[in-house]
Amino acid sequence: MAKTIKEINERIKKGKAVVVTAEEVIELAGKKGVRKTAQEVDVVTTGTFGPMCSSGAYFNFGHSRPRIKCGGGTAYLNNVPAYGGFAAVDLYIGATAIPDEDPKNSVFPGEFNYGGGHVIEELVSGKDVQLVVTTYGTDCYPRDKLETWINIKDLNEAVLFNPRNCYQNYNVAVNLSDKVIYTYMGVLQPRLGNATYCSAGQLSPLLNDPYYKTIGIGTRIFLGGGIGYVSWNGTQHNPTVKRGKNGIPTSPAGTIAVMGDLKQMSSNWLKGASFTGYGGTLTVGIGIPIPILNEEILKYTTMKDEDIKAQIVDYSQSYPQVQPGSLGEVNYKQLKSGSINVNGKKARTGSLSSYAKAREIANILKNWIGKGTFLLSEPVAPLASADSGVTFKLLKERPLKKSRRK
Amino acid sequence: MKKKRVVLTFPPDMIDQPITYHLVKEHDLMINILRANITPKEQGRLVVEMIGKKSSLDTGMAYLSGLGVEVQPLAQDIKWHEKKCIHCTACISICPSGALNVDREEMLVTFLKDKCIACELCIPVCPYRAIEIQF
Repeated sequence: MAKTIKEINERIKKGKAVVVTAEEVIELAGKKGVRKTAQEVDVVTTGTFGPMCSSGAYFNFGHSRPRIKCGGGTAYLNNVPAYGGFAAVDLYIGATAIPDEDPKNSVFPGEFNYGGGHVIEELVSGKDVQLVVTTYGTDCYPRDKLETWINIKDLNEAVLFNPRNCYQNYNVAVNLSDKVIYTYMGVLQPRLGNATYCSAGQLSPLLNDPYYKTIGIGTRIFLGGGIGYVSWNGTQHNPTVKRGKNGIPTSPAGTIAVMGDLKQMSSNWLKGASFTGYGGTLTVGIGIPIPILNEEILKYTTMKDEDIKAQIVDYSQSYPQVQPGSLGEVNYKQLKSGSINVNGKKARTGSLSSYAKAREIANILKNWIGKGTFLLSEPVAPLASADSGVTFKLLKERPLKKSRRK
Repeated sequence: MKKKRVVLTFPPDMIDQPITYHLVKEHDLMINILRANITPKEQGRLVVEMIGKKSSLDTGMAYLSGLGVEVQPLAQDIKWHEKKCIHCTACISICPSGALNVDREEMLVTFLKDKCIACELCIPVCPYRAIEIQF
């Protein structure tokens, strides 16, 4: 029997909804079978907690007296540059921004101990943050300099808005070269010394709804410890990649753009991160509820780590030079075991995404729904899926000719 | 047999002396050098594991102290800040001694101080700077 989101919400309100996590549903369906489980379960909760570089927050800090206009000037939060090319007092701080005076990789590998991700973490945790604006004066916005402490509680709006999060599957990174390399996939030891991966596998939101049959624009989610929404597909959304017979993409595929009220969120679930030799970023916690509308949707949520495959990619050459080619395919059960075989060599594995925290998120969301404090939303528009023809394009460079430059 | 992991700091005037030799020869200790470095100011630092009878360890330690070598238990200098750790396991694949360890059921990271050889490989690997070595 098919259910509707409306019916499920009625059950949630009455405290009668059956909610399980994407781990628990595997066991349940194993015991009771897919059909019976689909009848019994209303919602499956998912979770992920990993570094997501395409993240940031915007806020409005209120007009100063006299007025100042950030647009056209420069703005810094704890010395990290923020984007102010909007109106007067709106700023956007990106997760990978770093202070101008950071030595970056001039002494290689750089440490990148502080950046936009850390600013967001500090703002969310309620700490005061330094704001410095330098701009030009106008008749209506006469001030050209502002230096002040700000605090999230005094901001008019503070919104986490991440253009690309929650990658549906990801590469397994290795290093075939003879020297250590420092990447956004972590520190990779030479000659296949280790392998890193970054997905919650069987708990990961988009892997539990591989064709985006329930997750769409407007889906209400757990975001950074608060409530957020899927606002669009994420950038680089690539739903048409190769999929296994089970429908699960075998390489990075779908993504989502998400947003939510930063004031409700928590620094437990938004953490600044420093990738040696690469840069700073933000580790984001996301949990998405999947309404079990029918058997097919339930079946997708029962995919196990061993059913989800990822490609092993060389980050010393293939990735930076954009050379296609996988060194092999492994599943998440193998990755989570602690070692995999690559080119006949045993490589120890480490994850960048926290499975333990993903599990915690799925359980928090389960509790919210169980208590009736979190209702499911009906997507207002679907995400482009496997049959959409949407692909992720590389840049076709068209070199600038001298004559066309001004 | 007892085992001790210590950090030995040698003052500049002592770096040319064969102290490890005396520990082996006269105090009957098995010495496993885990790390050694001499800083530009020529202060020597040795991270060693010493194995031997309790009495041998005691006399060996007394010998070192008598010479003016600073002896510190290894574990004191290494801190794993559990609150900063998000249990991602990035450190697990590079830790050579198994000091950083993960429970594969719970996928939670733990730090076993006794196994740490202070190689510092984990320091640049942890995105949350949860591991700190103070020396």
